Amino acid sequence: MMFFAATIAVLVSLGLALVRALLGPTLFDRVLAGNTIGTLAVLTLALIGFVTGRPEFLDIAILYTLLNLIGTIAVLRYFKLSEPVVPAAPEE
Amino acid sequence: MNTVLLLFMVVVVIGIIRAHNLFSVVILGGAYSFLLATVMVVLDAVDVAMTEAAVGAGMSTVLLLAVLHLTRTREAPLRHAPAIPLLVCLLTGSALVYATVDLPPFGLADNPQNQHVAPYYLDNAEKETKSPNVVTAVLASYRGFDTLGEVTVIFTAGIGVLILLSRRRRREMIVVDEGRSKHDA
Repeated sequence: MMFFAATIAVLVSLGLALVRALLGPTLFDRVLAGNTIGTLAVLTLALIGFVTGRPEFLDIAILYTLLNLIGTIAVLRYFKLSEPVVPAAPEE
Repeated sequence: MNTVLLLFMVVVVIGIIRAHNLFSVVILGGAYSFLLATVMVVLDAVDVAMTEAAVGAGMSTVLLLAVLHLTRTREAPLRHAPAIPLLVCLLTGSALVYATVDLPPFGLADNPQNQHVAPYYLDNAEKETKSPNVVTAVLASYRGFDTLGEVTVIFTAGIGVLILLSRRRRREMIVVDEGRSKHDA
């Protein structure tokens, strides 16, 4: 029951991250939202594993995390190596 | 659960269609792959989900970013009305939906795909291949030639992509050198 509630909570935050990825005014919002979606997919995977009584899914969740890291590194290298693709983010 | 995830995927696809900056398209594509992988896990196809996450979210993001590095990040304006491609997509989609009507119900034990060779594999895989994992036995032994062919195709495609990318970069360098020598002269 607890895991079920947690799954619903994760799904809701997945939806919120999706909204940010779609609306996101700057590219960096989208990158962050994409990364968050990956992390939430990992959480969903782990929770599904526990809901259906197969905690072995945790291994696959770890693999997802590694892949998410690869994606983020690729994005960062892209920002580093290429011309600025967006007007510089406004100073905070 | 599946309905929610599929709904999210539809929303992402609409976002991809509406986005004009190719960089955000790549990011949204990665998000789409992660959602699809989660759907696969919910459907109990963990190996497919793993492939989808590795290829869709990992490899294609990296490759598409490498390509974006060589091109511009804005979408080129359309040269003609999208009516005919839209029509083709709608026709293909409705044909596929029509085809699903005839499919047997999902996940029943007496469906045709569970009656054909699967019982033989389940009964004899461990005895004949000495592998405790039936999926591994099927992929690496019963369908060994098939897997070899797949690996060959992927290897060739990888070599092709590498050649394309490296040639493009070398030509750019040559162009830069020529420009510099002209400038010097």
